[in-house]
Amino acid sequence: MSETQTIQEQIQVAAASGTPLSIQGGGSKTFYGRTPHGEALSVSGHRGILDYTPSELVISARAGTLLTELESVLAEEGQMLAFEPAHFGDRATLGGTIACAFSGPRRPYAGAARDFVLGINCVNGSGEWLRFGGQVMKNVAGYDVSRTLTGSLGTLAVLLDIHLRVLPRPETEITLQLACDAATAIQRCNTLAAKSLPISASCHVDNKLIIRLSGMEQGVRAAAAGIGGEVLEAADDFWRQLREQQLAFFSGEQPLWRLSVPPATEPLAIEGDTLLDWGGAQRWLRSEQPAGTIRAITGSVGGHATLFRGGDRSNEVFHPLQAELLALHRRLKMSFDPAGILNPGRMYREL
Amino acid sequence: MSLDSITTALRKHLPKGRVLTQPEELRPYECDALSAYRQLPMVVVIPDTFEQVQSVLRLCSEHKVPVVARGSGTGLSGGAMPLENGVLLSLARFNRILDIDVHNRVARVQPGVTNLSISNAVADDGLYYAPDPSSQIACSIGGNVAENAGGVHCLKYGLTTHNIQALEVLTIDGTHLTIGGQALDAPGYDLLALMTGSEGMLGVITEVTVKLLPRPEVAQVVMAAFDSVDAAGAGVTAVIASGIIPAGLELLDKPAIDAVEKFIHTGYPKHAAAILLCELDGTQEDVTAQIERVNRVFKEAGAIDLQVSHNEAERQRFWAGRKAAFPAMGRLSPDYYCMDGTIPRKHLAHVLNQISTLSEAYGLPICNVFHAGDGNLHPLILYDANQAGELERTEELGGKILELCVEVGGTITGEHGVGLEKINQMCVQFNAAELRQFHAIKSAFDADNLLNPGKAIPTLHRCAEFGAMHVHHGELPHPELERF
Repeated sequence: MSETQTIQEQIQVAAASGTPLSIQGGGSKTFYGRTPHGEALSVSGHRGILDYTPSELVISARAGTLLTELESVLAEEGQMLAFEPAHFGDRATLGGTIACAFSGPRRPYAGAARDFVLGINCVNGSGEWLRFGGQVMKNVAGYDVSRTLTGSLGTLAVLLDIHLRVLPRPETEITLQLACDAATAIQRCNTLAAKSLPISASCHVDNKLIIRLSGMEQGVRAAAAGIGGEVLEAADDFWRQLREQQLAFFSGEQPLWRLSVPPATEPLAIEGDTLLDWGGAQRWLRSEQPAGTIRAITGSVGGHATLFRGGDRSNEVFHPLQAELLALHRRLKMSFDPAGILNPGRMYREL
Repeated sequence: MSLDSITTALRKHLPKGRVLTQPEELRPYECDALSAYRQLPMVVVIPDTFEQVQSVLRLCSEHKVPVVARGSGTGLSGGAMPLENGVLLSLARFNRILDIDVHNRVARVQPGVTNLSISNAVADDGLYYAPDPSSQIACSIGGNVAENAGGVHCLKYGLTTHNIQALEVLTIDGTHLTIGGQALDAPGYDLLALMTGSEGMLGVITEVTVKLLPRPEVAQVVMAAFDSVDAAGAGVTAVIASGIIPAGLELLDKPAIDAVEKFIHTGYPKHAAAILLCELDGTQEDVTAQIERVNRVFKEAGAIDLQVSHNEAERQRFWAGRKAAFPAMGRLSPDYYCMDGTIPRKHLAHVLNQISTLSEAYGLPICNVFHAGDGNLHPLILYDANQAGELERTEELGGKILELCVEVGGTITGEHGVGLEKINQMCVQFNAAELRQFHAIKSAFDADNLLNPGKAIPTLHRCAEFGAMHVHHGELPHPELERF
């Protein structure tokens, strides 16, 4: 029996008995979302690259494929996953990355994980094998289910095969650092983002605005000269440490919050340390403040707050949804997973 | 509910003159840009306010009257075609730009605002809205979202789904939902993705927040001529393989070049079997470096003529032929039918040659002008609707082309949507379980199937009937279904 059939069968049996399943890839993201529970459904054996023709700018791989393997195959051809996903460990799989929709520093300039998903083959909660989207960039046949599954934390379907758009690796990258406070950094990155410049990342760490430029050499050099500041050496290490949450800011046990806000929002008055990424649109916060306080302040500027690591995971970790929207989420969950067995409660208590 | 009672009820909620029932008033709404499909609606309503839309939907939901939302009516797949027993909900009066936030690079607009007017409104700030469907002067942003519209520049800048951030939506029972938000992402399922391209089946869009991008400092076009379609196809692959993502990469074949040259004389090389228009944008330094590389790549791919635009007037001249391609066809033939399929780029030459074989077999000429960079084909079939049976043969030929796209791993629609036009081909692309999942999603939003029913997603019954008439590779696509 194929790996796919085994997974389908396990889901059908669980659906019949109403047994909750906890979908597992490499186990690198068990810290994320509400506390997982249920019988383990392993997807890690379903691995391998299915199709990759570099000139098509598309790679297709099974969900259990290690992210490191995928990235090294792309790197050999001078290509990359442009959403620059965090791995959070060597065991990270493609499926887990797409299920969590993790996107790294390049996200505001190149696009998020969902922007690069072209198609997904999956098994829904009834054990049916389904194929949505495909290997082409423009495709509007049927509802865009593959992007909807991205970031659904395995609560709608088990992802099996994923088709992603990939991009050429930039020929040249230069990272610049400029000393300034957070408010100035936010203003500066948003002024620069409104100009035709090859910016590919910008963050504010330790009172420094750090900007990465990517592209062809002549263009990057000209842009760097215009922006000024000092060149940061070993910049690849810096961006990797930022993405993987290995900078000193991320150490320690204090709860880590991810605040997603309109990028030009001024620094928020929440007690705790803040690190800005995504040109101000993603703010990491270390704070012991109550969830209600953090959510109220973030919500008041049009954003939302996620308890990313640590803290109380038995309560909601994602920002509560408007009642009508939550009701719709429940109906959608039912449409994919009528028995409610796929990662129940991992995203919201009621899903 | 009778026409009289629904009309009376609607008139209570809408200003005078905004509920149309006379045949001559209904006539302008009988079709969208797919004019071969026509139907007068039972009634047309033209609300001005969010509350009026909400009242119309509540009323229709309560009395189980189907509703078809309509923007500018420029859709090419019959998605806005009215229903005989339904309300046609025009959002044309929702035509205001509500807010432009330069700092966060977003604009909040009503759904009836035209695509191009958004870019015009933010031009002084050095910003623009990237998706540029060819109908951008007329098409509405609400319709763009409903169809996930693309355009010439989506190779680099993406489709509508990549360029919007939030929607205000009313579901059929009048429930107001905010989908997406002011930040780059939103909690919960990615309903923004699900709504985009849902062809008016899940909700009525009452407001759109679009992302704005900085206008590139400079854009230049390289025009490359080739002596065969195969060589041009290889040129497309070679550019992408060289590590450059052009802003746009378009192909015109010989019949298209000839038609355009007779029409507006843009100076495309007449001896070419195909030309590529490759637009590069960014900072001046970046564009100069890209052009150098693209020129080299095209030369190696066997280009027989290469020209680079050196100023804006030249760039516009190169594009003028591409933009005039459709009207140019209109001069050659009484009618033309524009198809829209996407294929993996590597099959470009194969598919173009197959299309040419099909064209000969059916005795109907086909021109190809399309988005080669993302493999999005737009074969134009030339026909004469006044010749008995010619429209039917054209539709059959079109269907064959779409099935060819699916066969090589592509899709039946890249950017025009399924609507009514391609509903049978959905049965070729999706199996019964997938279609059931689509219907289940629809039910989660609209349990009574009142929003744009009968479009985009075929019933299993319809597929069984289509399959019975149309055996694919000797296999019935839905063997599990009882035949009728």
